[in-house]
Amino acid sequence: MKRMSKPVYLAAGAYTLSLGTGRPEFNPKKPRPGLDHYIKEAGRASLAQVSDPAAVDEGVIGNFMAARFNHQGHLGSLMTIVHPALEYKPALRVEGACASGGLALASAIKSVLSGLADVVLVMGVEVQNTVKAIYCADFLAGAGWYDGERKDGHTYFFPGKFSDRAGAYAAKVGPAKAREAFAHWYRNAVESARLNPDAQEHFNTVKDLVAQGMTPPNGKSFTDHLNLYDCSKVSDGAASIIVASEEGWRRLGLNRQDVVEIAGMGQMAADLTAPPPDLTEMTTCRKAAEEARAMAGVGVQDLGVCEFHDCFTVSGVLLTEALGIAAPGEGADAVLAGVTRRDGAFPTNTGGGLVGYGHPTGATGVRMAVDLWRQLTGKAGGYQVDVKKDHGIMVSMGGNDKTVVSLVLKR
Amino acid sequence: MINLDTRMQNVAIVGAAGKMGSGIALLMALEMAYRALEDREHTYVLNLIDMNDTALQGLLRYVRDQAQKDGEKQMNRLRALYKDRADLVENADMIQEFVAEVMLHLRTGKTLTLAKDALLVFEAAFEKEEIKFQIYNELAVVCPQAAWFLTNTSSIPLHVLADTCGIKGRMIGFHFYNPPAVQKLLEVITPEGCDPALVESAYELAKVLRKKTVPANDIAGFIGNGHFMRDGLHCIRDMEHLAEDYGFVQAVYMVEKVSRDYLLRPMGIFQLIDYVGIDVFQLILRVMDKYLKEGLHSDLVDNFIEMGVKGGQTSSGGQKDGFLKYEKGKPVAIFDPAKRDYVPMDEAFVKDMDSRLGAHPDPSLTWKSLSRDPEKEARMRAYFQTLKTMDTLGAGMARNHFEASRDAALDLVKQGVAARAQDVNDVLTLGFFHLYGPINDFLD
Repeated sequence: MKRMSKPVYLAAGAYTLSLGTGRPEFNPKKPRPGLDHYIKEAGRASLAQVSDPAAVDEGVIGNFMAARFNHQGHLGSLMTIVHPALEYKPALRVEGACASGGLALASAIKSVLSGLADVVLVMGVEVQNTVKAIYCADFLAGAGWYDGERKDGHTYFFPGKFSDRAGAYAAKVGPAKAREAFAHWYRNAVESARLNPDAQEHFNTVKDLVAQGMTPPNGKSFTDHLNLYDCSKVSDGAASIIVASEEGWRRLGLNRQDVVEIAGMGQMAADLTAPPPDLTEMTTCRKAAEEARAMAGVGVQDLGVCEFHDCFTVSGVLLTEALGIAAPGEGADAVLAGVTRRDGAFPTNTGGGLVGYGHPTGATGVRMAVDLWRQLTGKAGGYQVDVKKDHGIMVSMGGNDKTVVSLVLKR
Repeated sequence: MINLDTRMQNVAIVGAAGKMGSGIALLMALEMAYRALEDREHTYVLNLIDMNDTALQGLLRYVRDQAQKDGEKQMNRLRALYKDRADLVENADMIQEFVAEVMLHLRTGKTLTLAKDALLVFEAAFEKEEIKFQIYNELAVVCPQAAWFLTNTSSIPLHVLADTCGIKGRMIGFHFYNPPAVQKLLEVITPEGCDPALVESAYELAKVLRKKTVPANDIAGFIGNGHFMRDGLHCIRDMEHLAEDYGFVQAVYMVEKVSRDYLLRPMGIFQLIDYVGIDVFQLILRVMDKYLKEGLHSDLVDNFIEMGVKGGQTSSGGQKDGFLKYEKGKPVAIFDPAKRDYVPMDEAFVKDMDSRLGAHPDPSLTWKSLSRDPEKEARMRAYFQTLKTMDTLGAGMARNHFEASRDAALDLVKQGVAARAQDVNDVLTLGFFHLYGPINDFLD
């Protein structure tokens, strides 16, 4: 059994608003902030919470496709714009598709465990609204297997992939129940987003969200089994958090109640060139979450708050099963019963998740950690839930369940 | 017999770089590209003819930009069409290739000889009889004997054009609405003696272009302008009458406001005349009056043209000043012919005029708010019943305009321009974006 060789903690989380359609600040015809703006804003918001930014030993930044979206590589170096104290210290960019933020966290945790660093500033960033959705789909398709899948793939490659999963799931549990569960997932996401001022869906005023979520998918204009409300939006944003040893967070002037312990971690990759073994199961996510829980020594019943990578509503429902909150084939029932709602047994995606907050891909894994950290330290403000258990879990996923980082956090 | 598919292999558009011609050019360029992608055995050529080199270059740029947008919208179709092209993988690759395909079929030129092989000729020249006669006289000689002519004229009787120019039986009216690439409506005018095969192909082509056709008889002005010209003249005369008491600028404001906000139309009558162009409005009036002889004329319109106040649109689609002055597409001032200058519609002016018109029947209802309202029919019915009972200047003007519009529409049916009331209503709702057809019982 893998174990943490010493306690590692999360502290000083922050993220920017998720900019894109739905936000009043967003105007596709006007110039918008670039990578540097988001990196500075999120990173400085983290450092503003500590007494001594010079105590940061390293920086890691997760990013998926800045090279195409923004024609910018070399983000490790760009990260030093956050604070002069980062100059001439190690900084690197990591990439694992939509799990890039999760990988940045994993990388930082390993640095702290290695003893080479006590304080690592972890960030994630993505600025995707530089191109229309039709071209964005091309760039994001890079999370699949280009040579083997793209040519025959859907116009909107990943919606196409998860539409296939939604179709398979509908065949398994019944199309009506599956559609209803997706619609309820959407409703839950927007309801939480309305409480989170940084969420892309914060200003959503639709009265009957379930009715909207029930919109029948149209394969001619989009995909066969997913409608537009089933999808996380195209987003710009960044997130930031500090990974530290106990000595590290003490050096930052923080107290125990300001930090949460990373009790367990599961990180793994699956064969990018192989199709999923079962379209109705998130196999890699399940294995990574099991590994994280085993390392933390906790069961599903010990989890008080969750962060799922709901790039699509169907991913949210399938992750309910992958994490053991519901038995295989019963995720839809659990969602419909309100198990994952804010006031349910497993409050999930309390700041809106990917569907509600938005999905600036490289930032998402870090944003999930920030939301869990906020909930477990009581710092979630207007979207705080009553966390009844001491542990929380997050699953950061890249591609079609191919790269996964799962963390179990303890307050 | 040459079928439509064969005719589509060589098409010409005369007046291609104008407002209407460029839209027709885009529609045909896209249709040809899709045909060419599905049929590699034949060559497709679209001849774009215009007098103006600069405008032709602008047209090519317009087609290129719009082809890119169309490719983006039709991505699923493109992915299927390019499925065997191993070199095209991403959406962007295919869109770029599609744009190149669209441009591949275009030929531009300034003379009508470019149409010498065309079997289908669209004409969208300036709406002036002399110009149209000149063009068709030349096309009759240049084009193959089998060529068919589809004219976009919105006013000139087709039998006059066809008979005079020696192409009787080979011409049909294909009257697009602006912008042709977007507007669903197509008024099809079949003159007496038209080849039945042409009629059949014209309707088939309209279907291919996804247009909603409304048949109109070959009587000057047809349905669209038949209503618009009479509606416009009614408003101009009403305004002139009102100006005696309130002043010219004030009267223009009031009629504009009533025709837009009280009748729930997308734009007021003077903005609409500016959009079409006061010069074009004048030309259509002249043509209609020549053939119908019912006094369709306005001294005011003639005076405006003499003063150089013409309205119309810039080559990039911006609105030129006419009755109204525009900033960012919105009216901000009114032309005063006595001063030969524009008088701003400032806050005090607007407030004063609105108070003279009296309360609006329901300020919460606008053309925009009702456009997407599933209950709009019931709301409009209740709205007009309220308007019917109101004793204000604005409500009275609105009732008067409403009835004049209805009478003009009913006359079109009575005179046989339209076969039925529904056709007139379709033209006004689809072509002019009105929320309701003029023939209704809202005020009964």
